[in-house]
Amino acid sequence: MKRKEHLSKLGTGLFTFISIFYVLPIVVVLFNSFKKKSYINLEPFKLPDSTTFVGMGNYTTAIDQYGFLKAVGWTVFITVGSVLVILICTSMCAWFITRVQNCFTKGIYLLCVFSMVVPFQMVMFTLSLVTDRLGLGTPWGLIIVYLGFGAGLAVFMFCGFVKSIPIEIEEAALIDGCSPLRMFFSVVLPIMKPTYISVGILETMWIWNDFLLPYLTLDLKKYKTISIVIQYMKGSYGRVDMGAIMAALIMAVIPVVVFYLSCQKYIIKGVAAGAVKG
Amino acid sequence: MEKAIKRYFPIFLLPTLAAFMIGFIVPFLMGIWLSFCDFTTVTDATFSGLSNYVKALEDTIFRHAFWYTALFAVVSLVVINIIAFAIALALTQKLRGTNIFRTVFFMPNLIGGIVLGYIWQLIFNGILAAYSTALNLNEWYGFAGLVILVSWQQIGYMMIIYIAGLQSIPGDVMEAAAIDGASGPQRLFKVTIPMMMPSITICTFLSVVNGFKLFDQNLSLTAGEPSKMSEMLALNIYNTFYGRAGWEGVGQAKAVIFFALVIIIGMFQLRATRSKEVQQ
Repeated sequence: MKRKEHLSKLGTGLFTFISIFYVLPIVVVLFNSFKKKSYINLEPFKLPDSTTFVGMGNYTTAIDQYGFLKAVGWTVFITVGSVLVILICTSMCAWFITRVQNCFTKGIYLLCVFSMVVPFQMVMFTLSLVTDRLGLGTPWGLIIVYLGFGAGLAVFMFCGFVKSIPIEIEEAALIDGCSPLRMFFSVVLPIMKPTYISVGILETMWIWNDFLLPYLTLDLKKYKTISIVIQYMKGSYGRVDMGAIMAALIMAVIPVVVFYLSCQKYIIKGVAAGAVKG
Repeated sequence: MEKAIKRYFPIFLLPTLAAFMIGFIVPFLMGIWLSFCDFTTVTDATFSGLSNYVKALEDTIFRHAFWYTALFAVVSLVVINIIAFAIALALTQKLRGTNIFRTVFFMPNLIGGIVLGYIWQLIFNGILAAYSTALNLNEWYGFAGLVILVSWQQIGYMMIIYIAGLQSIPGDVMEAAAIDGASGPQRLFKVTIPMMMPSITICTFLSVVNGFKLFDQNLSLTAGEPSKMSEMLALNIYNTFYGRAGWEGVGQAKAVIFFALVIIIGMFQLRATRSKEVQQ
């Protein structure tokens, strides 16, 4: 018994050590974001001291010169808009193709499953041509693109759940004189709540961090997302402002960490659910 | 009931279907067609048979990218899954603070690839500077860097799946094995791992496919430096499209090859691990 206790203590100690090591990269970036830009590449592992400390200077540069806050705004808009549209449209679609069984609906289901494994590079060039032609290079247009490209996973996951809902509940509602649309929103939707959360989490994680799709389809002179701004700061050859980049990285990580800590339970459940089905 | 809801087809199906056409089906079919064409814009596309495919396969950088990517996928698959499985095993024992550790390990997964790449670039270059070298001077520094970065990002994710799998193993099976006198390692290899095959299938599938598809992290950490030697397939395709005028057709042909590769490898991998799954 004593030995087991010792082992458990040893394990906790070991994992505490590994955990500290695990967050260290972010901590390094954090204290570098308070240094003067010329000192960051010279001595990245030193804490800022009286000569290298600049206070919030790097943060104001990132916000004022690179329009970081605007990018945050557009990223939030695109993510929230796309996820809401995806949830509503694909859940309706999934319910419909599960309840109405014919060749056409089966075909749609198979296409959705198929689209999940197709790598983005396969369609990136032609997709940017299509969106260009249709004028979808705005955050509003991007929501439609995300609905199309993200439909596969969402329809697949919703279909899996709809199959487990007893059809009798829906029939009862219809016989009582409910229209299919109202029945969907007041009977089916509440039952599917856990799946809505899982799908919502998975799509949020994807869209928030996505770089290439918005980079290729958005009109970059007017709209940028967080990932695009950071790539711009680093990619613009010549003067690379390391200080501003450090500040931008930290500002990109903070919302993610807050989101994670506040709905950790759902995120981990969503990930497990998505994986089992994928 | 079917009849009653069929009339509602436009409301339920049409929005998703229309977007799916724009976002996936049309670009996909166009992509297949254009891979057989010479073009710079779609309107001047002329059929050119397999010449794009020939050019793609003759491209030595593309071939190098293929081997580099394949090696990366295998190494990251092994590293990620072994560590994630070990952590999952440890964290399902009675340890104090497992919830905190789980939280920490999963966190990097939520950070985007571009952001991760630049975070690690600072760290690696800081370390390499002590040996007066840098990440963009040697392709194997980039390789090691990408393996570390991707492991850091994905171990937490795989860990969650493995923990879910471990918790679903019925306790009486383990108990029976212990009563029959099975030792610790025996229980691990003869009971736990066979029972865990479904989770192992999922995790190895995800990590091999993710390894092949890797783009953001590659772009931000090394951008293919030195001189395209650390360029992986997805980045190579991107650079063919947007970095070389007149090579759009070749880029599309590479994309089709890439797509076929991902499908074949995914299927092959699923087959290989599925056959080892046992009935519970």
